[in-house]
Amino acid sequence: MATVARFEIGFTRFLDAEGEATQELPAFVLDPANLIPLYRAMQLTRAFDTKAIALQRTGKIGTFASALGQEAIGVGVAGAMRKEDVLVPSYRDHAAQFVRGVTMTESLLYWGGDESGSNFSVPREDFPICVPIGTQVCHAAGVAYAFKLRKEPRVATCFLGDGATSKGDFYEALNFAAVWRAPLVVVINNNQWAISVPREHQSATPTLAQKAIAAGIEGVQVDGNDVIAVHDAARKAIDKARAGGGPSLIEAISYRLGDHTTADDATRYRDPDVVQQQWANEPIRRLRNYLARIGAWDQEKEERLLKECTEQINAAVEAYLAIPPPATTAMFDHLYATLPATLQEQREAAQWFASRDGGGSHG
Amino acid sequence: MRISYREAMRQALHEALANDPRVFLMGEDVGRYGGTYAVSKGFYDEFGPERIRDTPLSELGFVGAGIGAALGGMRPIVEVMTVNFSLLALDQIVNSAALLRHMSGGQVSVPLVIRMATGAGRQLAAQHSHSLENWYAHIPGIRVLAPATIADARGMLGPALADPDPVVIFEHAQLYNMEDDLRDEPNEDWACDIEHAAIRRPGSQLSLITYGGSLPKALDAAAELARDGIDVEVVDLRVLRPLDTATIAESVSRTHRAVIVDEGWRSGSLAAEVMARIVERCFYDLDAPPLRVCSEEVPIPYAKHMEDAALPQAAKIVAAVREVLNV
Repeated sequence: MATVARFEIGFTRFLDAEGEATQELPAFVLDPANLIPLYRAMQLTRAFDTKAIALQRTGKIGTFASALGQEAIGVGVAGAMRKEDVLVPSYRDHAAQFVRGVTMTESLLYWGGDESGSNFSVPREDFPICVPIGTQVCHAAGVAYAFKLRKEPRVATCFLGDGATSKGDFYEALNFAAVWRAPLVVVINNNQWAISVPREHQSATPTLAQKAIAAGIEGVQVDGNDVIAVHDAARKAIDKARAGGGPSLIEAISYRLGDHTTADDATRYRDPDVVQQQWANEPIRRLRNYLARIGAWDQEKEERLLKECTEQINAAVEAYLAIPPPATTAMFDHLYATLPATLQEQREAAQWFASRDGGGSHG
Repeated sequence: MRISYREAMRQALHEALANDPRVFLMGEDVGRYGGTYAVSKGFYDEFGPERIRDTPLSELGFVGAGIGAALGGMRPIVEVMTVNFSLLALDQIVNSAALLRHMSGGQVSVPLVIRMATGAGRQLAAQHSHSLENWYAHIPGIRVLAPATIADARGMLGPALADPDPVVIFEHAQLYNMEDDLRDEPNEDWACDIEHAAIRRPGSQLSLITYGGSLPKALDAAAELARDGIDVEVVDLRVLRPLDTATIAESVSRTHRAVIVDEGWRSGSLAAEVMARIVERCFYDLDAPPLRVCSEEVPIPYAKHMEDAALPQAAKIVAAVREVLNV
């Protein structure tokens, strides 16, 4: 038998769990000014998650999906994108969305049941959050193909979870994006859990990155708790896509430290001791240790940053709570560009129904 | 000018590709092969492989890519070989194309056109003969068109591309070879309305309401009935979502009787929806209970004699009309 092809999957980590460099760091790290915005964005996301869960528990927003422990992935990737690139997010990607310019108030509106929260004031061409699993990879391949057709040097960056790599959508999208050499970067947040189904019950492949090989594209694995490794891999993949080198797949290994969403109670299916052990790997402490070690961070800076985050979040919450809930008829507003006559009748019926008790509430 | 339905559709596609750089066509075998029904013949050489994009066998994937490209500022035309294969793409159409305007609070629209062949009658057997237009007509957020004439085959695509919302176009496979005169239009503007049903044959005694591949059969039945002095009106729905209730109600309230012809299976069919609207709007105008001529609720058979018996046919329509008129 002759070997006709051979493949391997590389794994990259720059900082270990204690924030010690495990190898020579990439050039952008040498200036701490490049790292502090990443640190800041991770802290902001974590503080936002804490607040959002509290808002859900008090009935101020609906179901919420926290990014606890996975902040480095969204922050590291979005920080490598250009403004004109397009983000195609899933529902756990507000870390990336905030870096892109989506406001926390918009995010709260979204989770509070007001669709106007997905009408972003800043990244106008970024896609809305995709709730179905894996379908967004096809959309991302399509918008990337649009860039290619128009010969624009732009890249589509798409997020999905480990569970989504079992979906046909994911395979189909990688397959044709590769054939078309579309400028696409697909990032798997491998947080080890698809709601209650653990990673090893999801896929028998030793890595998720190797699914790229089936499509004929490059797949790499990085430590998703190391924002430097995530950022470095994203930069390389995005640069390659922009230069016409086609799509790439990045598997970023993290751990879902929180519940799947606020509608979930993970203690029913996983050992709290294991979760506790995973806290040792989380990304924020790791980068903070590194920054402190090189003298770029101290307790005073930390306290100031946390205070700023709290103030920003409180202002966003206040702005959110001041926005009246959407009118009942808003469900008809963005169904079609022009509402057909038969639906106009249904809209009037909804208006009549709503007028009986006057208005609703968030969440 | 006498042309085929296939040629009318081809001209419409050609015009769209030639006039708007945002338009591109993608689907299985649309490129070198020229389309399974030869609708895109010659386009690959004229417009190039990037705009006449052959796709992998991947309906779910490339319909999703069409959605993404539409959000990205293009005007994609996605050809799904037949409605039978569109089942693989239902999630993309129902959960994404129809909903992204809503889910984005109006930030995005999905100006996507999805074309597919539909229907039976060509001995393609149970898995290649579905008529599932009603499934799509059920979904708010999309527009569903069923061109059944040469003029509509030529004229519906332009307005469908101009529509900021997703449009699904059903081309009945038995219509491709149909020929007719394409009326001359000033400035060669064939664009037609994609809002209303049309009365294809005026009549006074009964409204025969149909769409797509059943239209020629309904017209044949009406012609046969006319020879016996029975004057039947034929209404072509044309637009399956949103349904033009006003035209249906106006016709039935004038003729006082209705037969609905629909190649879909009877239970939960478009014919059922049309009948419901007739009952809601015209109950007191009716002189007899309306009837439906639909496909028998069986897997569409491969053998010709059984396939013929399973589908709506002119003879079945004539019989239904006579039953309602009691003549």
